[in-house]
Amino acid sequence: MERSVALELRGVTKTFGKVIANNNVDLTVYAGEILSILGENGCGKTTLMNMISGIYFPDRGHMFVKGEEVVIRSPKDAFDHKIGMIHQHFKLVDVFSASENIVLGIDDGNKYSLKDVNNRVLEISERYGFNIDPKKKIYEMSVSEKQTVEIIKVLYRGADILILDEPTAVLTPQETERLFNVLRRMRDDGKAIIIITHKLHEVLSVSDRVAVLRRGEHIATVETAGTNESELTEMMVGKKISLNIERPEPKEPKDRLIVKNVNCTNSDGIKILDNISFTARSGEILGIAGIAGSGQRELLESIAGLQHLDSGEIMYHNPKNDEEVNLRDRTPLQIRDLGVRLSFVPEDRLGMGLVGNMDIIDNMMLRSYKKGHSMFLNRKAPKNLAKEIIESLEIATPNATTPVRRLSGGNVQKVLVGREIASAPSVLMAAYPVRGLDIGSSYTIYKLLNEQKARGVAVIFVGEDLDVLVELCDKIIVLASGKVTGIVDARTTTKEEIGLLMTKSTSVSEDALKTENSAKEDGCNG
Amino acid sequence: MAKVKTEKVHEPLFHIVKRDRMPLWQSISIRLGSIVCALAFCALICYIVIDVKPAEFFETMFDGVFGSERRIWKMIKDLAVLLCISLAVTPAFKMRFWNIGAEGQVLMSCLASVACVIYFGGKMSNWMLLVCMALASVIMGAIWAVIPAVFKAKWDTNETLFTLMMNYVATSLVSFFLIVWVPSGSSTLGELDYGHLPNIYNRYLVLVLVVAAITVAMYIYLNYCKHGYEISVVGESQKTACYIGINVKKVVIRTLIVSGALCGIAGFLIVSALDHSVTTASAGGQGFTAIMVSWLAKFNPIIMVATSFLIVFLQQGVNQVATDCNISNAFPNIIVGIILFFVIGCEFFINYKIMFRGKEASKK
Repeated sequence: MERSVALELRGVTKTFGKVIANNNVDLTVYAGEILSILGENGCGKTTLMNMISGIYFPDRGHMFVKGEEVVIRSPKDAFDHKIGMIHQHFKLVDVFSASENIVLGIDDGNKYSLKDVNNRVLEISERYGFNIDPKKKIYEMSVSEKQTVEIIKVLYRGADILILDEPTAVLTPQETERLFNVLRRMRDDGKAIIIITHKLHEVLSVSDRVAVLRRGEHIATVETAGTNESELTEMMVGKKISLNIERPEPKEPKDRLIVKNVNCTNSDGIKILDNISFTARSGEILGIAGIAGSGQRELLESIAGLQHLDSGEIMYHNPKNDEEVNLRDRTPLQIRDLGVRLSFVPEDRLGMGLVGNMDIIDNMMLRSYKKGHSMFLNRKAPKNLAKEIIESLEIATPNATTPVRRLSGGNVQKVLVGREIASAPSVLMAAYPVRGLDIGSSYTIYKLLNEQKARGVAVIFVGEDLDVLVELCDKIIVLASGKVTGIVDARTTTKEEIGLLMTKSTSVSEDALKTENSAKEDGCNG
Repeated sequence: MAKVKTEKVHEPLFHIVKRDRMPLWQSISIRLGSIVCALAFCALICYIVIDVKPAEFFETMFDGVFGSERRIWKMIKDLAVLLCISLAVTPAFKMRFWNIGAEGQVLMSCLASVACVIYFGGKMSNWMLLVCMALASVIMGAIWAVIPAVFKAKWDTNETLFTLMMNYVATSLVSFFLIVWVPSGSSTLGELDYGHLPNIYNRYLVLVLVVAAITVAMYIYLNYCKHGYEISVVGESQKTACYIGINVKKVVIRTLIVSGALCGIAGFLIVSALDHSVTTASAGGQGFTAIMVSWLAKFNPIIMVATSFLIVFLQQGVNQVATDCNISNAFPNIIVGIILFFVIGCEFFINYKIMFRGKEASKK
């Protein structure tokens, strides 16, 4: 079958300072196919797509849409060439309805009638199998509904080339499957779809062809049918790599941190933690799963002494003297003074865990600078620690006096985790510790967590990749809207079970189940 | 396959790209280059507007600053006062506390010093009086700075507006006390007879030595003290500060006390070494100029010596040009404005580079 070219890139190059984000990339996308762009974090996937959608302007190279050379200087230019991008972070007005957001910014000279818009939105939804209420306000929507609005927004403008940046990062397994069904229908309708991702099994299940990028270079484009996970990984990383995560058996686990009936409301009066109870045991990795914003951050911050609680107890069992202390409503300093060795790797690495403009030595000092009575700083110990961590964790940095914001995401995380582990914790909390990390660094982090586990530390691991949670953890707590919807044994559970628990007891769950069923039917028919 | 139709395609002439990092010598030469460009541009303007030849313009400028020993000392004393106030605002700005109230803090401490002279002058030894003045000034400056800081820490009020308003309160208080102290109704306080800093070599040397000591002390405080470290962390990220257990409120209040106290020293020096009096213009806008000096030096006290020299040199030099050529007082301000525009504008070229596409496109 003759396929028509929807989009072609030739020799596209983009640099940021010394960093070459994209080097001489050639890429062809045909109408009626799903092309995955696969690559590790920082390999230039998003930069490339941002150039196609007009956010960046390439330093060199040519772009062709349907055979004509085009210059795309702004997102508006991109729309004029029927290119639409769905960003990882949604760009919607919260107080507007779905339809209002969809027509926002369209200037076609026609009279604006919300009724017509609603009908047109429904028409699009029906055609591709979306499930959406055009009149619903954005702030009432779940993450997957918001994503649907973003996709319809692009379709409404008549886009023929759709780019989705990491669309599954925020979705449950069920929602992901639903999204893929929609994408398949759009493909069958003749649209060209580009999907950016770093999850291999998704690539294999949804795309027709895969383009692999590594360090800004286009390595190869292969047919999905003729490849497999290990081959793709090798192309992505540049060498063979084992994809198994170890899970040693816990040794003599004892209760270390007991969280009892914890409640918390935020400044808007919304309940973010609702009667949460669980126990973290020494020598175990306790996983926390849930859709982003289900209370994971608040839970960890309340244990670390950064979040005020309405009620409940956080009991810490000190392994040294068998005493129990309540950590509730204590400041981080008081917690340290109680002799509780609590380490916390927060989600926001450069905004909270580290100071981006300071060098590695000064960042090491964050935890220890208060020691001693002198009014002057002692930089000797942090300097040695910095050297030690750079060596043992193989941090790629010119020297210890480089500001950490200049390091790559993986190295930044190694600095942070290294510092937190250096204080020999008895409880280690890590929120999304591998987010944005390349495969090699991710496995280093898993290894470090396992080492801590072997040392008898109670590890609490908040993760988003369910595959990893299921492989790495001993026990998994599932949070949904601030409630614990289930505590499962990671050795026996499945991704699907966790996925269902993640949407349990929320308003979306019923819809999710309904479409889940219809999606299954679709799958049978197709 | 697609056909290349270059003639149809309109590419932008240039686009702007962020630089990674530039070697030190390159950034210094860009900065020096910008000053040269600025001076050349100013000479051109002078030539067009007031018909002064460029050579003559530069000669007069240098002559105004280095022409005689008296002029050199005037430059040094102005530099010392400006540097002192710049050092005072630095800890607050480094903490990202936008304190634009140095003007008021200096003015209030001048007022406190003069009050000491008026009420205790002649009743105690000169040394005792100087100690009283210094203490009163430091306390007054600290109070004037700590009020907005407490409000910021307790109720998260906007410190920029608050410190600005405190300047007006300070000016009004000075006017009020001038009416009280000057019975004739002229509201002009003559030179006071007591509370003069001792003359060693000349009357400026003590002032210069004090400021030099403060410069070194501030450098050590910011870079080698726990306090300085806490200031940097709070300034870079309050979230990080909370996360590692720094009491942000305490640091904010403590830092503003330090900042205000240094403004107090500046006020004390102005009264005891230079003016021996107070007017509503005692601070002379230097509370605001100091912010620029501090920022241009990126909060490094040692570099601040150079940036305050730049500002003082410009002001004094261009004033000389204006006097010699007999033109309006506004002219020096225009020239200084132009030069600062160049100096600050060159930061753009340090952080970004401009890429022209024309050549590469035509090659293909």
